[in-house]
Amino acid sequence: MPLSAPLPAAAPPDLPCYSLPVNDWWCPAYLHDRQDLLIAATKEHAQITVLSVLLGLLIALPLSLLARRLAPIESLILGGSTIIYTIPSLALFPLLVPFTGISKTTVVIGLALYTLTILVRNTLAGLRAVPDEVRESAAGMGYGSTRLLIKVELPLALPVIMAGLRVATVSTVALTTIGSIVAYGGLGNLLAEGVRQNFKAQILAASLLCVLLALVLDLVLMALQRVMTPWTWRRG
Amino acid sequence: MIGGAFTYLFDGANWSGSEGMLTQLGQQLLLTLTAMVLATAVGLPIALVLGHFGRGGFLAINISNVGRAIPTFAVLILLSVGPLGTAILGPYGRAGLATLVALTLFALPPIITNAYVGMREVDRDTVEAARGMGMTGGQLFFSVELPLSMPLILTGLRRSLVQVWATATIAALVAGPGLGNVITAGFYRSDYAKGMAGALVVAAVAILLEVLAALTERFVDPLARVRRRESATIAVA
Repeated sequence: MPLSAPLPAAAPPDLPCYSLPVNDWWCPAYLHDRQDLLIAATKEHAQITVLSVLLGLLIALPLSLLARRLAPIESLILGGSTIIYTIPSLALFPLLVPFTGISKTTVVIGLALYTLTILVRNTLAGLRAVPDEVRESAAGMGYGSTRLLIKVELPLALPVIMAGLRVATVSTVALTTIGSIVAYGGLGNLLAEGVRQNFKAQILAASLLCVLLALVLDLVLMALQRVMTPWTWRRG
Repeated sequence: MIGGAFTYLFDGANWSGSEGMLTQLGQQLLLTLTAMVLATAVGLPIALVLGHFGRGGFLAINISNVGRAIPTFAVLILLSVGPLGTAILGPYGRAGLATLVALTLFALPPIITNAYVGMREVDRDTVEAARGMGMTGGQLFFSVELPLSMPLILTGLRRSLVQVWATATIAALVAGPGLGNVITAGFYRSDYAKGMAGALVVAAVAILLEVLAALTERFVDPLARVRRRESATIAVA
C-alpha cells in the first residue's frame, strides 16, 4: 500500500463530542453550545411543576376541610383522588385534551390532579394530629373556627403538609416529562427529541437536569419549612 | 373528538392484527406481570428480612423517595439507547429487555418500603410476648410479623402495580411495546381520535387492575375482615 494514499476518513479531531459520528453521552461542549435551549427547557419544566403543585394545593386545602367535616365526602374524595392517581400520565393528558386542547393548561391540570392524593391525605392527617387540648384552649381564649384554623391548626399541621408538598413536588418534576406528548414537557421535550434523533448528549443532559431540578425544589421547600415553622427546630 | 375515539374503539379492525390493540394490550399485561413477579421475588424477601432484623431502615425507607424523583421516561430512554438496546425480546416485543428492566426497577421501591415499614410497625409488645412464649425467630417471622404486616405489604404491591402499568404505557415513547403506541401514534400524527381511544383503554385497564388488586387484598389479608385499617399512606419526605 503506497504511503501517499489518503488516510481513511476518520472523524476530524475538531468535531464536537455531540456531533453524530462521535455522539458521546457526556459532552461539556453540548452543555455550553446549547445552554439557551437547556435553560429554556428547564425554566418551562420548573414553571409547569410549580404551577401544578400550587394548583393542587389550592384544590386540596378546601377538599381536606370539607372531608374533615363530612365522613361520606372524605371517602369520596380519597377514593376519587386514588382513582385519578391510577391513570397513567400518558393516558391522562390525552383524556384532558378535548377540554383544554394541546396546551400547557392540559399538563398543569393533569399534574395538579395527581398531587391531590398525597396533598389531601397529608393535610387531613396534619389537621387531625392537632391535640384536642390545644384546640380547646384556643376556643377557650375566644378563637372562632376560622381564626382557630388559620392561627392554630394550619400552623401546627404545617410540617405534615410540607412533607406531602415535598413528595408531590418531587414526583411532579418527574411526571412533567410526559407532558411532551402534548408538546409541553419542559425537559421531556428534549428527551423525546433526543430519543428520536439518537442524540445521547441531549438525553443525558436533560435527564440529569431533571433530577437536579427535583433536588433543588426539594431543598427550597425544606428551607421554606424551617423558616415557616421555627418552633420545630429552635430550642426553647 | 370523544365521539371519534368511541368510533375507533368499536371498530373491530383496530383490535385485531399484529399491530392491533389486542396484541398491544397482551404485551403490556405480560410486561406488567413479569416485572411484578421479578420485583416481588427480589424485593420482598430482602425487605422482610431487613424489617425482621431492623437493619437498613434508612435505605429501605428512602428508596421510595429517590424512586419518585427519577423520571421513568428518562430511565427508559437511557436503557434503550444505551446498553440494553431496542432488540425484540420474544413475546415482550421491541425494546423488551430495556422496558422489563426499567419496569422492575420502578416496581421495587414501593414494595421494599412498605414491607419494611410493615415489619417495623408490628407492635413491639406483641413481638416481646411472642418471644416470651418461646417462639423462635422463624416462628415469630412467619406466625406473628408476616400476618400482622400483611396489610402494608399488600398496599405496597398495589402501589407498585399502578406504577408499573403507568411506566409500561410510557415505554411507547421509547419505541417500546404496549398500548402507549396507540396513544403516541395518534398524537404524533394528529389522529386525536385514535390517541384518545388508546388513552381510554389504558385508563380503563388501570382502574380495573386497581379494583382487582383491592379485591385480592381483602381476600388475602388475614386481618381484613377483622378491621379495615386506614391505609398508612401518609407521605414521609
